[in-house]
Amino acid sequence: MNQHVMPKLNRRAFVIGTAAAGAGLAIGLDIPFGGPTVVRAADGSPEVNVWVVIRPDNTTVIRIARSEMGQGTLTGLAQLVAEELECDWSKVITEYPTPGQSVARKRAWGDFSTGGSRGIRSSQEYVRKGGATARVMLIQAAANDWKVPASECTATNSVITHTPSGKTTTYGKVVEAAAKLEPPADVKLKDPKDWKIAGKGLKRLDTVDKTTGAMIYGADVKLPGMLNAAIKDCPVFGGKLKSFDEAKITGMKGVKKVVKVGDSAVAVVADTWWHAKTALDALPIVWDEGENAKVSSESIAKWLAEGLDNSQPAYIGNQNGDAKATIASAAKKVEAVYNYPYQNHVTMEPMNATALYTPDKCEVWCGTQNGEAAFAATMEAAGLPAEKCEVHKLILGGGFGRRGMTDYVRQAVLIAKQMPGTPVKLLWSREEDMAQGKFHPVTQCKLTGAFDADNNLTALHVRLSGQSILYTVRPAALVNGMDTAAFQGLSPSGDAAIGYSVPNLLVEHSMRNPHVPPGFWRGVNVNQNAIYMECFMDELAHSVGQDPVEFRRKLMSKHPKHLAVLNAVAEKIGWGKPAPQGVYRGIAQVMGYGSYVAGAAEISVTEGSKIKVHRIVASTDPGYIVNPAQVERQIAGSFVYGLSALFYGGCTVKDGKMEQTNFDTYNSMRIAEMPKVECVMVPSGGFWGGVGEPTIGVAAPAVLNAYFAATGKRIRSVPLKDQNITFA
Amino acid sequence: MANLTINGKTINVDVEDDTPLLWAIRENVGLTGTKYGCGIALCGACTVHVDGVAMRSCGMTVSEAVGKQITTIEGLASNGALHKVQQAWVANDVPQCGYCQSGMIMAVAALLKEKPKPTDEDINEAITNICRCGTFQQVREAIHAAASA
Repeated sequence: MNQHVMPKLNRRAFVIGTAAAGAGLAIGLDIPFGGPTVVRAADGSPEVNVWVVIRPDNTTVIRIARSEMGQGTLTGLAQLVAEELECDWSKVITEYPTPGQSVARKRAWGDFSTGGSRGIRSSQEYVRKGGATARVMLIQAAANDWKVPASECTATNSVITHTPSGKTTTYGKVVEAAAKLEPPADVKLKDPKDWKIAGKGLKRLDTVDKTTGAMIYGADVKLPGMLNAAIKDCPVFGGKLKSFDEAKITGMKGVKKVVKVGDSAVAVVADTWWHAKTALDALPIVWDEGENAKVSSESIAKWLAEGLDNSQPAYIGNQNGDAKATIASAAKKVEAVYNYPYQNHVTMEPMNATALYTPDKCEVWCGTQNGEAAFAATMEAAGLPAEKCEVHKLILGGGFGRRGMTDYVRQAVLIAKQMPGTPVKLLWSREEDMAQGKFHPVTQCKLTGAFDADNNLTALHVRLSGQSILYTVRPAALVNGMDTAAFQGLSPSGDAAIGYSVPNLLVEHSMRNPHVPPGFWRGVNVNQNAIYMECFMDELAHSVGQDPVEFRRKLMSKHPKHLAVLNAVAEKIGWGKPAPQGVYRGIAQVMGYGSYVAGAAEISVTEGSKIKVHRIVASTDPGYIVNPAQVERQIAGSFVYGLSALFYGGCTVKDGKMEQTNFDTYNSMRIAEMPKVECVMVPSGGFWGGVGEPTIGVAAPAVLNAYFAATGKRIRSVPLKDQNITFA
Repeated sequence: MANLTINGKTINVDVEDDTPLLWAIRENVGLTGTKYGCGIALCGACTVHVDGVAMRSCGMTVSEAVGKQITTIEGLASNGALHKVQQAWVANDVPQCGYCQSGMIMAVAALLKEKPKPTDEDINEAITNICRCGTFQQVREAIHAAASA
């Protein structure tokens, strides 16, 4: 049985973990006479290299640096290593190296960051090389033992065969010798068409524990003597904690300590989390809310609307010809203004982290999308050097971008630092999670299209106004002040390139950054940009009486990969053929995260405002597909996330704080509302695109365009609940 | 102090009467398979069986649970064999992040007890758990698979 090896959090493992010197490495060094250094796993099994450990019984431990949050990267990356390694898949297990081990070994596992649909596409080459290198060394070790040329040996299913003699041995038998060999300087990777393990819809490696309650998430961590903390940060972003009346709650059951966390938060530490939360709710707190308390969704919307005016400064993200002049002199023009609100990630598992601090060591247990960032946050908050810190990653109860941030890690360490020697688990309430999000940014968009007398589109001006994520989260990534990611799906080239050629094109961004902290939210800027562009394409097509697919095709001849997925979806949904009685269709395409995607929806609308989604078809060309079953699940899941945001989402600001507090005010789709998603995968090879995010972009515009087809009403504002449109 | 019967065992828990059953299960009994998602009985991550009925344990107090048979995800398997719903979940590779799945599985197990061959409409009505990963397609397939197992 495959299983994912989790850190054991019982007392014994805890003692070993904290007793291990240095970076808490459960790894030993074995230096034989004269030979190279063999690094050993905790159980003594040798590493062939950093990615591959093989036990005597042929169990193959594959190391995974990226984080598993449901997207299946753990299984997909293991498939890629196993493919090249030629090991027995039924004996594969995975484990996470820790960030501390990575630091101690000069970043041997590379980047830990798991966002931007990058898990596989940015590490596939070096993890495959890890597998291939290990295979070559294992074969060489067998050949040495047999005193035959390695070229006469092959490996499959963890068995090495000397072809001329028929002699066989196993990886488990030769691994000790293999681990002492010099790795080959270069290895040839397989052609994906020869894949046997990768490319197949193999079952995930982490399923069983997720069906029995045995999987340990961050919120489930137990350590001896552990206390629990509940926290409230100033609900007005940028505000401060002024005071709190500790005396009012010190006598409450289970309460151990009330602590200030940074300059804006207060936490109650108690024996149980329920006691901590109950006491925190009773704690009188005075906030210094500051100037931001005057901000509301209305004031933000007004400020963003001003940015739609051409007189305001803007960054140009894509330009050819002279769109403004062409529009000014056009025979016919079409204009529309759209907007997209703040969204909260609302991972099912609220933010949490457990920290144990002593002046000599700080350890953190948490779910994180970026182990190294969590490690850096731990070092900074603890004030300890790398060799005195460690982060133990746990499986995430959802990420969607939220757990790439480290605010909750920092808080947990700052609390634990005030109680040296006592492990403290910080868990946010759902209400805190809603109040202290890193929100999908708010934007508006004015689109203007111009036609000549023959109804050819001659110019398109897309003017975005709104918040930049990078400005706040990664300012060093701005290019002369411009947030290039703001143009996702609309860029001239790269992994989020526009799929249309328009003779005169201008795409620009008036950057306006409200005080609400933004973050990367599944699909990021593809979400709103695909709505803006794809709904407006629909508007343009209808304005000249053309079929929306035919209209697009005329602009896509220089974008064959964009066109191929659009065509695939059009064919599958039956575009151009009659839909069932009362059913209407909408379609959309976009490129994001290196993948070309399209989607189409069939809906019916009753009473003008009740939508039933009957069918969804989605297509993707991510270049290569490592696990089609997981890709299918990511596509279907992205539609649930995207349509939840379209129908039920939207976070609003009042008095500087977020108004939504829980699922009662920020609802999420249920099974009854979601049809089957039919996937058409058309991997064309030659490039590696992402999977977790891109298709979310087409979910909303496909449904919005279908809504127009059904009702003749154009919806240009999200969420639909604000317009009393809901699921039937 | 309350005596709770969880997964066939009577356990004395030292909590106030108004403590939500969810937190007594997670923190006092130490069974962490039952998850906290919203605390207001909306998301279903904390679903357990109380006298065989699917209940959201965050919305029920310990005192209300006294004298009742409580089953958590850890108690669903019997004699070392996974429950047919768990088996269908494994066979259909249902979970993504998995955090909501304990509650989802408990809700489905209760549904199948009441309606051994549920229609899609029955599923739509009975299964109202939130899954942010969006596993609904696999959940539906696995329910039908479990029903015909």
